[in-house]
Amino acid sequence: MKLVSQRIALGLVLILAISVLIFAGTEILPGDVAQSILGQSATPEALANLREELGLNEPALSRYLDWLFSALQGDLGTALTNGKDIASSIAGRLGNTLFLAFWAAIIAVPLALTLGLVAARYAGRWPDKLISGVTLATISLPEFVVGYIVMYILAVNYRLFPSTSVIYDSMSLWEKLNAIALPVIVLVLVVLAHMMRMTRAAILNVMQSPYIETAELKGLKPAAIIARHAFPNAVAPVVNVVMLNLAYLVVGVVVVEVVFVYPGIGQYLVDHVSKRDVPVVQACGLIFAAVYISLNILADVVSILTNPRLRHPK
Amino acid sequence: MRRIPISALIGLFFTALFFLSAIFADFIAPYGMAEVVSNSIWDPMSREHLLGTDALGRDMLSRMIYGGQTTIYIATMATILSFTLGSILGFSAATLGGWIDQALSRLVDLVMSIPSLILALVVLSVMPVSTTVLILVMGLLDSTRVFRLSRAVAVDITVMDYVEAARLRGEGTRWIVFREILPNALSPLVAELGLRFIFAVLFISTLSFLGLGVQPPLADWGGIVKENKEGLVYGIPAALVPAVAIAALAISVNLVADWVLNRTTSLKGGRGA
Repeated sequence: MKLVSQRIALGLVLILAISVLIFAGTEILPGDVAQSILGQSATPEALANLREELGLNEPALSRYLDWLFSALQGDLGTALTNGKDIASSIAGRLGNTLFLAFWAAIIAVPLALTLGLVAARYAGRWPDKLISGVTLATISLPEFVVGYIVMYILAVNYRLFPSTSVIYDSMSLWEKLNAIALPVIVLVLVVLAHMMRMTRAAILNVMQSPYIETAELKGLKPAAIIARHAFPNAVAPVVNVVMLNLAYLVVGVVVVEVVFVYPGIGQYLVDHVSKRDVPVVQACGLIFAAVYISLNILADVVSILTNPRLRHPK
Repeated sequence: MRRIPISALIGLFFTALFFLSAIFADFIAPYGMAEVVSNSIWDPMSREHLLGTDALGRDMLSRMIYGGQTTIYIATMATILSFTLGSILGFSAATLGGWIDQALSRLVDLVMSIPSLILALVVLSVMPVSTTVLILVMGLLDSTRVFRLSRAVAVDITVMDYVEAARLRGEGTRWIVFREILPNALSPLVAELGLRFIFAVLFISTLSFLGLGVQPPLADWGGIVKENKEGLVYGIPAALVPAVAIAALAISVNLVADWVLNRTTSLKGGRGA
């Protein structure tokens, strides 16, 4: 328990440190926020006014503390571009993003574990080589390329699914699922390769231990060895792999949402980076970082809990 | 010298092809980079325009060749930056130890605790977008990974007897880093070089695709996908041309890196096993 609480405390410190980094990244770098909003041709008066309005004349530390405390209370400020409340704009979009990520995870995790086990079972033979070859190809493709290839084949050539994923609240679950089919397929493809390779490596790593050799020597079938001896010992690393890849979904989501014009938080972030709307970027950056770090900590906690050696430290 | 496996040969061939066409872009491109050559957009492939024309009636092949130049230039510079910075700091941290090592390692942990894309987006929201800024941002973010690897490799080397001997005969830190550690750490680093280059290619392509990287009229491959993506819905595959190029470059470099890694590493099976 001590280890677990240590990990959680460390995670909180990490999120705090990241908030400093995000704030410093946008406020202390040579680019001036007021200047980048108004452009190079802005008059000095306009710049001074905007700096006053944004509170840029206050010292950086007090602005940071202000920002952090209001963010903790759920107040993320207002967007510069349209003056809307950021927290309420994000809330609905975050729900959409989680909806997308949830379905991608539901499909990707069991599929990756199965394929990883198959590849480990036939290590070095053709099923393994085929799976490894395909995953090498998908790892070498950026998410948006996978997105457009899938869109071109499934939406344009075969017209199976809509090419853009517009969803709104009044749609039924079935209509929503149909709308997000393509982005889900792309996200599954993107994380599948990583997850499968790491599962395969984790299983093969366990397979090299002496107790597996013993099981082999006493004549157990390969499938039984994997199911009875290798898999229980590979649970911790595999859970770790799953969590890391769910965290990786966070990045994939940003690009995939842009490709399919999906109204999620990733698209909102990218939109406002090009509009140089700093408060929105800070808020979204913080949310992405918090989700990413939380998933990583969850992975650590699960692996501590599933590993007797870590559960009862000396 | 063992025989070069066929996959590595294919990888080497295409990698060389991409780099040569990037270097000699001015000589081989049939038209100008932003030259409008046709009145209609998205012309199909023809004798005059081998890859057709793009969303503004520009020659696709020429645009691809110049786009490749931009992609490869930015990715190469970012990789050089991340390697120089990451390996020097990594070796120094391992050699010096103490608070310098602690400070650098914690900073790297911090930066690596969130995805580089998110951090890059945050930084790019305030920085003016130019090629130099892109190279700096990508190089700095990626140097954290090189730092981790080179520090780990160097920590193993610093406990070797020959490093101890160099210390005892009174060599300075610079000698130990460049004459003792660097030559012995070179092979794992060279294998990593290919992977970091691929990462840089994918990263710059993604940024440009999101409209936050290379700005028009200049375009890298990611930017060309963005320019032509509207056509896909009408069944015009122009956007897939740069997409395939990105994939081909990444896969070829990967094949070469795999081969180098398998040759240099003493681990059985190398990466992936």
